[in-house]
Amino acid sequence: MIFRSPRVTAAQLERATGWQLKPEGLCRGERCVPFAVASPDAIELSDVSRALGMPLVAEPQAELWALGPESGGKALATATLPDIELPDLEGRMFRLSSLRGQKVLLVAWASW
Amino acid sequence: MWQELRAELHPHGLEIVTVALDARGQSAARPWIEKAQPEHPSLIDESHELDRLGVVNVPTGIWIDEAGTIVRPPEIAYPRRPSFKDREVPADATPLDRERVELTRKLTVEAERYVAALRDWVEKGAASRYALTPDEVVRRSRPRPVEEATADAHFALGRELHLMGERELAIEHFREAHRLHPTNWTYRRDAWAMAGPEYASIYGTTWLDDVKREGVENYYPRLEL
Repeated sequence: MIFRSPRVTAAQLERATGWQLKPEGLCRGERCVPFAVASPDAIELSDVSRALGMPLVAEPQAELWALGPESGGKALATATLPDIELPDLEGRMFRLSSLRGQKVLLVAWASW
Repeated sequence: MWQELRAELHPHGLEIVTVALDARGQSAARPWIEKAQPEHPSLIDESHELDRLGVVNVPTGIWIDEAGTIVRPPEIAYPRRPSFKDREVPADATPLDRERVELTRKLTVEAERYVAALRDWVEKGAASRYALTPDEVVRRSRPRPVEEATADAHFALGRELHLMGERELAIEHFREAHRLHPTNWTYRRDAWAMAGPEYASIYGTTWLDDVKREGVENYYPRLEL
């Protein structure tokens, strides 16, 4: 997840990571992690990184920051498929959740 | 590659979705998709979102049931025996070409077992012995140590920098992603594709070198069906 500033708003954080700032901390689904913040308009990515175990890597020369996924557990924290939305060749967005009611074989391939 | 199987199993309730892990996006995937003319959804994943589910190589399949629950985590998925398993070494092959062809023939491909399991699941649903419980899916999914989560961030930076035209900086981050997660072949091969034909001199390694180092038996691990 790419950021152009080391500080984000709560809305930007939620859009990028799915973690929502609530009175009880950072929450996603039923899980909440304690998180103290002075202002919801200026959340330090380094604080998010520490609280959630998401590695933060900076590229100062291009003023870019990237958060990796949560570490220390399994790639799949639960068996529920995350709500993935990806474009087709024409750029139309397709939500995997639109296939509920059918069995799905999701296949990753590549041109390389 | 999947149309035939899709035609067979779609009437029985299976949809196939193919996702191209191509940081170069539509331009890279288009010729393949247009040639295949799939009837199923065919999507492009420029930022390797599927890697976060534990995909490290292609082709990889993930099974999802009618409720949106994963019933088999990522594993190598071939619908049939690929032509590289039977490729002959050309008469005029260089020693390196010969080695590459011979090594490729040794890769583990279990298309028949995989497709038989898939057919069983489509027929029997949750009663299929190949449909795993949620606990088993989580247990079998890849661990994500901090090195691999950090590799994800470096790959994302590499891709963004490449798009910005910052080639040199991009390569540094791709190198770091490769170092931190050496068994993720999607990071390697996509970065090499972005680098073009000169990739071996830029990254100081080749597919052949890396497969030999990691062990040919680990490139496509055996299916645990």
